[in-house]
Amino acid sequence: MLQFALRRIAIALCVAFTVAVFSFFLLHLSGDLAVSIAGPESSAEQVEMIRVEYGLDKPITTQFVEWLWKAMHFDFGRSFYFQDQVTTLIGGRLGVTMTLGGLALGFALLIAIPLGVIAAIKRDTWVDRVALTISVFGQAMPSFWFGLTLVLIFAVNLRWLPASGTGTWKHFIMPVIALGTYAMPAIMRLTRNGMLDVLASDYIRTARAKGLHPATVMFKHALRNAVIPVVGLAAVQLGFMLGGSIVIETVFSLHGLGHLAWEAISRNDYPVVQAVVLLLSVVYIFVTLVADLLNAALDPRMRAN
Amino acid sequence: MSETTTDALTEALPKVSPVARMARRALGHHGFMIGATVLGLIVLMAIFAPLIAPHDPYAQDVSRRLIPPVWDAKGSWEHVFGTDKLGRDYLSRLIYGARISLLIGALAALISGVIGTALGVAAGYFGGKVDAAISYLITTRLSMPVVLVALAVAALVGGSLKIVILVLGFLLWDRFAVVTRVATQQIRHAEYISAARCIGCSVWRIVLSEILPNILNALIVVATLEMAHAILLEATLSFLGLGVPPPEPSWGLMIAEGKSYMFFKPWVIVIPGIALLVLVLAINLLGDGVRDVTAPENRN
Repeated sequence: MLQFALRRIAIALCVAFTVAVFSFFLLHLSGDLAVSIAGPESSAEQVEMIRVEYGLDKPITTQFVEWLWKAMHFDFGRSFYFQDQVTTLIGGRLGVTMTLGGLALGFALLIAIPLGVIAAIKRDTWVDRVALTISVFGQAMPSFWFGLTLVLIFAVNLRWLPASGTGTWKHFIMPVIALGTYAMPAIMRLTRNGMLDVLASDYIRTARAKGLHPATVMFKHALRNAVIPVVGLAAVQLGFMLGGSIVIETVFSLHGLGHLAWEAISRNDYPVVQAVVLLLSVVYIFVTLVADLLNAALDPRMRAN
Repeated sequence: MSETTTDALTEALPKVSPVARMARRALGHHGFMIGATVLGLIVLMAIFAPLIAPHDPYAQDVSRRLIPPVWDAKGSWEHVFGTDKLGRDYLSRLIYGARISLLIGALAALISGVIGTALGVAAGYFGGKVDAAISYLITTRLSMPVVLVALAVAALVGGSLKIVILVLGFLLWDRFAVVTRVATQQIRHAEYISAARCIGCSVWRIVLSEILPNILNALIVVATLEMAHAILLEATLSFLGLGVPPPEPSWGLMIAEGKSYMFFKPWVIVIPGIALLVLVLAINLLGDGVRDVTAPENRN
């Protein structure tokens, strides 16, 4: 277990470094930053001044090493637009996005796992078909459009919830539903298929044959094993949702990391963009690492490779 | 005696080729049929857009702004889905918009399919260090948030149809790689592959004529999923103002343009949203259908 954990952590660190390299060079190679920052109407001298001021005249490898060194100390420089330290900006917004992501994942799991279990137990009945229909629609719906539709129904027509903003817990209800629905179909399908596989296995037949209560068989024997792969998927989905929060936060004007990223992107505020890309990637790497270790602890077979 | 009876019985049975059997199964599969029909109609609509569209999708008419659709009391058959804030016919824009969605979906899936399949088959076939390196690449790609990276690149380079296709094509190859890698691993030690190697086939020959045909069904399923994914992402990018630029009738852009007055004219966002939903739903149903129809465990 220790060996597995150490190797897994080493890989995670390498991936994080590769992502850092990528997110740095992606922005530096896809255009001349000095020109983009200065804007289309600036003169050659102004562009040159900006190049020197932001250190863009140095060799790109030097820039990268300096950036990475500072990034490892949580210093991403100053934002071009907000006139504030990037770290301060992100720190102020991180809470909203983490709350949104966590609640959305909780919502998705709360709906998807029971639905998947029921669909598997009542296989090929109308319950199964309803669950399947929900997952198919959930997958096909653009999440920003679903968010806007929720606003139309619950904020405009019924006037139950505020349409946008960050103030109270009520502001989180619609974003959580919109973002959670995005993650639900995959979790539901995996739970259903996992349950079907487990229910067909020998040890479930044995458990039934020795006369255990059906509920005990279902929850203690079957569900426990069926849910193991869901742990890994939930981690992956949390990562996707942090990426998807950029859309949902923009729709609902929720002032989190995603909204910050969108503002930064539309204003060519590269220090912020780089920091957010790196941060979200590192969070994803960390969460999947935890899920892998958790899986290995739950299921010794996972440690084999 | 008994042999002749069996022969006679075999003679009596209609000869059905595997393709015909698959076609028969497809015809009986509701999801496949619905998906194929709807997608077929949308493709036809996109191809013949100039013949079907009642108006020019770019023609503005300030005197005809925000006319409601035909089912509204103030609507008329002149503009079936009404008009937008610049007086452009909504139905015509919707019909032309199908071209953008389908083009981006198909080309992005094609690019990412080529990249992902090449990586996945190489990882699955060679194994060892190649597999480790490619798996590492897949992990790295998966840890980067797609929407964010696509937005950042589009903002830097400037959003356009070409950029959106390229960015999505170079970002969405992960699932292709994951699925083809596993599928190749499963058949790598099959007898026909060993046989091909024994008679001296080159690696290219083995990959192209032995491996690819045998993982084709998995590949088609992933291609439909990624096409749907790319269409939704294009709509998202355009909605955020960094995808296909105006005045193109991208469905995502139509929703973005309608967002500011959706409180009074909800149909401006409802109509293009439903169009997206129907298209993606059709593609997903088709993909699920292909998986069911071609799945080896059903092959009997």
